[in-house]
Amino acid sequence: MISLEWVKDYIDISNEDLNELAIKITKAGINIEKVISNKINNLVVGEILECEKHPDSDHLNVCKVNIGNETIQIVCGASNVRKGLKVIVALPGAVLPGDFEIKKSKIRGVESNGMICALFELGLEEKTEETYNKGITELDSKAKVGTDPLEYLGLADTLYELDVHKHRNNDCYYHIGFAYEIASILNKKVMLPDIITKPVKDNIKDHFTLKVETDKCPFYLAKMVTDVKIGESPDFIKRRLNAYGMRSINNVVDISNYVMLEFGQPLHFFDKDTLGDKIVVRNAKENEPIRTLDGIDRILNQEDIVITDGKKPVCIAGVMGGENTEVTENTKTILIESAIFDSVSIRNTAAHLDLKSEASIRYGKGLSYEYTEKAIERACYLLEKYAGAKVLSGTVKHDKVDKTLKQVTFEAKEINSLLGITISEDDVKTELNRLDFPFEYKDGKFTVTIPTRRLDVDPNVNDIAEEVGRLYGYHNLVSTLPKCNIRKGEYIGDVKYRKIISKRLRNLGLNECKTYTLVSKEMAKQFKYDDKENKNLPNPLSLDKSVIRTTLIPSLLGVYDYNKARKVKDVMLYEISKVYDNNYNEDSKIAILMKGSYILNEWKQDKIKVDFYLIKGIIEDVLEYLGLKNRFSFRKKVLPEMHPGISAEILLDRKPIGIIGKVHPLVRKDDIYVAEISLNALMTNVKPIKYKEASKYPEIIKDMAFIVKKEVNSCDVESIIKKAGGRLLTNIHVFDVYTGENVKEDEKSIAYSLTFSDPNKTLTEEEVTIVFDNIIKNVEEKMDARLRDK
Amino acid sequence: MENILKELKKELADINDEQALNEIRTKYLGKKGSITLLSSKIKDLPNEEKKEFGANLNKIKTEATNLIDSKKAKIEKDILDKKLESESIDISLPSTKVPMGSPNIAGKVVEEIEELLMSMGYDVVDGPEIEKDEYNFEMLNVPKGHPARDSQDTFYVEGEELLLRSQTSPVQIRTMLEGKGEKPIRIICPGKTYRRDNDDATHSHQFMQIEGLLIDKNVSLSDLKGTFDVIAKHLFGEDCETRFRPSYYPFTEPSVEMDITCHSCQGKGCPICKNTGWITISGAGMVHSDVLKNCGYDPKEWQGFAFGFGAERIAMVKYGIDDIRVFYTNDLREMKNFDRKDD
Repeated sequence: MISLEWVKDYIDISNEDLNELAIKITKAGINIEKVISNKINNLVVGEILECEKHPDSDHLNVCKVNIGNETIQIVCGASNVRKGLKVIVALPGAVLPGDFEIKKSKIRGVESNGMICALFELGLEEKTEETYNKGITELDSKAKVGTDPLEYLGLADTLYELDVHKHRNNDCYYHIGFAYEIASILNKKVMLPDIITKPVKDNIKDHFTLKVETDKCPFYLAKMVTDVKIGESPDFIKRRLNAYGMRSINNVVDISNYVMLEFGQPLHFFDKDTLGDKIVVRNAKENEPIRTLDGIDRILNQEDIVITDGKKPVCIAGVMGGENTEVTENTKTILIESAIFDSVSIRNTAAHLDLKSEASIRYGKGLSYEYTEKAIERACYLLEKYAGAKVLSGTVKHDKVDKTLKQVTFEAKEINSLLGITISEDDVKTELNRLDFPFEYKDGKFTVTIPTRRLDVDPNVNDIAEEVGRLYGYHNLVSTLPKCNIRKGEYIGDVKYRKIISKRLRNLGLNECKTYTLVSKEMAKQFKYDDKENKNLPNPLSLDKSVIRTTLIPSLLGVYDYNKARKVKDVMLYEISKVYDNNYNEDSKIAILMKGSYILNEWKQDKIKVDFYLIKGIIEDVLEYLGLKNRFSFRKKVLPEMHPGISAEILLDRKPIGIIGKVHPLVRKDDIYVAEISLNALMTNVKPIKYKEASKYPEIIKDMAFIVKKEVNSCDVESIIKKAGGRLLTNIHVFDVYTGENVKEDEKSIAYSLTFSDPNKTLTEEEVTIVFDNIIKNVEEKMDARLRDK
Repeated sequence: MENILKELKKELADINDEQALNEIRTKYLGKKGSITLLSSKIKDLPNEEKKEFGANLNKIKTEATNLIDSKKAKIEKDILDKKLESESIDISLPSTKVPMGSPNIAGKVVEEIEELLMSMGYDVVDGPEIEKDEYNFEMLNVPKGHPARDSQDTFYVEGEELLLRSQTSPVQIRTMLEGKGEKPIRIICPGKTYRRDNDDATHSHQFMQIEGLLIDKNVSLSDLKGTFDVIAKHLFGEDCETRFRPSYYPFTEPSVEMDITCHSCQGKGCPICKNTGWITISGAGMVHSDVLKNCGYDPKEWQGFAFGFGAERIAMVKYGIDDIRVFYTNDLREMKNFDRKDD
């Protein structure tokens, strides 16, 4: 929150429309989320011309009030209302805090056309017994009738509520820093506040020693003031802290906060009399206790930094002071600390103590050492002026700050080339002056020194380009396209396979799922068909997302359950995702789940139900689409969570690449079929497509059926047929499988249709018969089979 | 002879089936048919009349054949018409659906962006989801203790060295390292990313990012602006306006946020855009010179821009979705609507 009335102390913005200014600032990168004005319409300075007792009341008065262009009658109940007084008048239409709208009315029968107000009624003071008893606010006689009383009182304020990115939320969150931002936008100069004190001869060094025993405190300054008179803060300090949302405590505490909001540097005030004559800054000891000034006992660890009096902690550095050295109403002598602590350490301490404060947040972001020095002087100045303090000469100091100037040298064309604009060297000079970034220019080269208040700007031409660019205005950039060579983009590596397979599966009627990589321990244990171990997260967010999965099938079952619960009967799913085992071996899996009717027309009673052979068909299609025809096969295998008689391994070039089968009825009662293949295994070279002419000569088709043992796999019979069939056998397929009458119980009959052709001539019946008989002989011998109906 | 044709016409007019027609054909043109019999009369005629009689007879024969054939065609057509009429169906009954799958809703957005950027010369690459801290943070200018790490709050899997990537930017690092400071780069990397967020309507511990990276010898922030315009208009229509706002990321400098006119109110202001008329859909910037150096590219010679989208975020804005969990429940009833072209 930034008060513009406060910012006016450092930069002239008297002629600016503050809403317009907010838009300009936002465009340049500091996002102002809200502009809040305390202006109240229909509020004027009035002069009470007459004041008489209300005829019907003993505490009300009827006043005639001059409001400039007219004189109106107002009934007022304040004890201090009297003739000749200049007052704040809210006219009909004015809306006071609490949505209280002023209207014309009659009070005990007497017309009243407004309200004479106290500041607390306008939300500009706290409502207390004291402010209430003061009655209406009395303006001094110089106030001009008919004008805005808040302007006259200097109370009119506009607040900017900021929502700023991390890198700028240090320098934009204090008023001088923000003034620099406005200055760069309006091209004006910042005026810093007075810090010159009149120190007494007495030197702090005669009273006090400092020792820093930790490298987490690069900079520590202390000054001392005596004869402090604790009392009320001046109005402007109270008002400004109030606008920021801080309560006024007393002049001393308020000054510490005030300076922090001016320079961004948190200060700490110790009561010197309770502190003693020594400060030692060190790392806290493990389990070291301290009672902080909110009265809570806290336990520290070795990562924390403490300020001690040489024996015990008196302050958790950068986070909160100790109760033992707190400034009280009786404090006379103060030791002021202005320091820089390691920002990471402060963030960690604030987090583990759950103690985020204005101070710890600012320390956590980092500070400018120049302002560490200025802020302590400013605090002394204000204590001298508003708390009657005597400032001791000298400063106690520990200084290990790296003060190397942040400098960068560049040419104007580098800025232009980064931004894609054409601005001249003079333009660059203008922008740098606006930013108040000191620079030297020589032979076309700029050497810029980055001010310490801009911690976010690195000595780098990109950083300068950003500063120049945002002032130039990104809305002024002309959209262009990169001047690169024309080329066609491609899917690279596994992405290519993912895309091809994904599109094919969608064309086959399966729906693309995305599920979570992290699963519960229970899910991770299911369908573990390979010997991969799961990786458990060392520090999971929750138990149901604690393990990195090695298979996608349990996740797809989850999607199935979700859809089933929503009455979706036919569920066809696939997912392609990466999996990792506990050695971080990566693979991508293609998982498929199918259940219900693949094709369905209910009123026609047309139905193709998903079964093993359908999902097998899907897998075959994908493999053949990838050009892997004749390279894959299926081998029956008992698999976990799968039906023992309806499950198999999928092999490519005789190596297992995945599984297929029916989900075990103990896992899900429904007829669910699943398959999963390793995508990486499919990334293999295949032969290019080549034209193959269909035979010009007629084909001869012959059927044969064999009786075999029930456990025989058809594919084994087929491979013998193929081998025996030789080159004339061009196609083979099963057209019937039969068990029942005329076939023994432990046997089955499989019928094959065989196609013979010769690409070079018409086959004769005799030629085919020789091959045909050879096939029968081979099958009968090798498979313990016999030809059926022979 | 004329009488024969008259008679034939009359008889044909009275019949309607093929059997009767065949009888008529026999009666006139059969072996003992009346027209056939006439030809036997020729031999009894005087020579000078034979020719004329013969010619007339042929004419009548042809005409009779035509009459019978066309009657036949008519009968056949009537039969067919009747059959077809009986085959008429209720075409309003439901069709047999050809199985066709739907894309995941966020996946559809990813594909749209991929296809557009591939047409602009960007390759689509991916990298590991379990990533080195070095690539996910260190080399991207986010050293240990950097404030940007707090908000990302990462899933570490092994000490402080291996993590579930919190962004797809490490793929940029990998690609640049492969480029060895010599090759220009144009890639997008869509992929899963992970952050320690509790899942709710607007947070998801897993989400899809699409990052783009272009490195070449003469690339500027204005080029990024133009590229963003193309992407935004492709995704949200030609009327969509864009704007750049200064922003901050550790790995880009200058950094920008890229906004589009609010898709739901066309920029008039509504609760979705918090009455600003604008919606932020991307973060981007010029690749930080330190990042270029880390990856072996000399910033004096090479420049580049990088941008990042959240696929779910784009889908939420584009399709009016208000709960990010929608993308991971995979409700087939909802996904069905996304299996179509959309422009």
